[in-house]
Amino acid sequence: MLSVENLSCVRGDRRLFKELNFSLENGELLYVHGHNGSGKTTLLRTLCGLILPEEGEVRWNGVNVRSLREEYTKDVLYLGHKNGIKGDLTGLENLRISSILDGFELAESSAWKALEDIGLDGHEDLPSKVLSQGQKRRVALARLLVNQAKLWVMDEPFTALDKGAVALLQSVIGAHLDKGGLVVLTTHQEVPLTSGRARRLKLGWRD
Amino acid sequence: MLKVFLWVVRRDLILSIRRRSDVFTALFFFVIVVSLFPLGIGPALDTLRQIAPGVVWVAALLASMLSLERLFAADHADGTLEQMLLTPQPVALLVLAKVIAHWLVTGLPLALMAPLLGLQYDLSWQALEVLIASLLVGTPALSLIGAIGAALTLGVRGGGVLVSLLVLPLYIPVLIFGAGAVEASVSGLGEQSHMSMLGAILVLALVLAPLATAAALRVSAE
Repeated sequence: MLSVENLSCVRGDRRLFKELNFSLENGELLYVHGHNGSGKTTLLRTLCGLILPEEGEVRWNGVNVRSLREEYTKDVLYLGHKNGIKGDLTGLENLRISSILDGFELAESSAWKALEDIGLDGHEDLPSKVLSQGQKRRVALARLLVNQAKLWVMDEPFTALDKGAVALLQSVIGAHLDKGGLVVLTTHQEVPLTSGRARRLKLGWRD
Repeated sequence: MLKVFLWVVRRDLILSIRRRSDVFTALFFFVIVVSLFPLGIGPALDTLRQIAPGVVWVAALLASMLSLERLFAADHADGTLEQMLLTPQPVALLVLAKVIAHWLVTGLPLALMAPLLGLQYDLSWQALEVLIASLLVGTPALSLIGAIGAALTLGVRGGGVLVSLLVLPLYIPVLIFGAGAVEASVSGLGEQSHMSMLGAILVLALVLAPLATAAALRVSAE
């Protein structure tokens, strides 16, 4: 269970949000929405521990994530604006190195399978820099298929994806929720969920 | 843990091989700067012999600094660095792996190239041996110390100049004992004491620099 208490964040001298409270149970999804600059990305980065909150705390199963450290990062998977893949490495290499860093070794055959499932068959062993935007995104998303993390934090995961990939990602998120996983995501395109319970959080003051 | 370490070293080596041009710039810079001095000063062998250790070491310092930017900048730009900060692995361990991979492609070739360049300065074989040894012990320390500066200036405008202002003063002890070792050996005083100091600096950097770099990376990622 993820809970946020009294969270406030400041970027530069601007207060993005303050006294934010919410909690997310297993199997729930949280849509964070708000206008540009309302602090969605900052909130997401704070949730995974990349940014230290000005005030308040983020708790994972009731414990402050700052004292959990590696115990927490093991449970979190963050997909940001940047794909986090190396252009000079192939999809396979990218997927295998990120798995090792996440703490488990991925057999080459499973890596091939994951990339095929995410719709990259025939492109698995090309350097990622020659792939299109959407295909690069898919390489990054392949991590979702192999990772054991419980909490997925995703910043605009649907950008650059075609219709087929959006549907695929939707079903992957649905399956994760069914398994009792948690998802926090921001999006501008409303994407209906196939299953699981969704909640909303609005940041900013504008409509 | 060791497995992760080796994977990161391997990853960075593969990336360096696929981007060879980046790797060679620092090495060529070193070769050219060291070669310029004999050309500029002329065939005054006594003078050349005297300035050789200093020139080679200063060039090594500058070349090492030049290559620092490559250490984290690319990973920062494509988001792989923030992914590394979010893994359950200790960040200092990943930093150490990256620095070692960086040293293998920038520092090590420099040390191996040095005797060839030393010949232009009419250094004796004995002095050349000490030069290689001092570079082999000193350049990893340069990479480790430089990593702190590289991490602190990540994403800062004009980071290249800033990194030299931050890092060069910290390089001074390595320069003094590195060049000093060769000079002491040439003058017959024996290089042991200088080499021991150089070794001590390396051990200290090995223990403390990855921790400091990891902390700096966390700050830069915010």
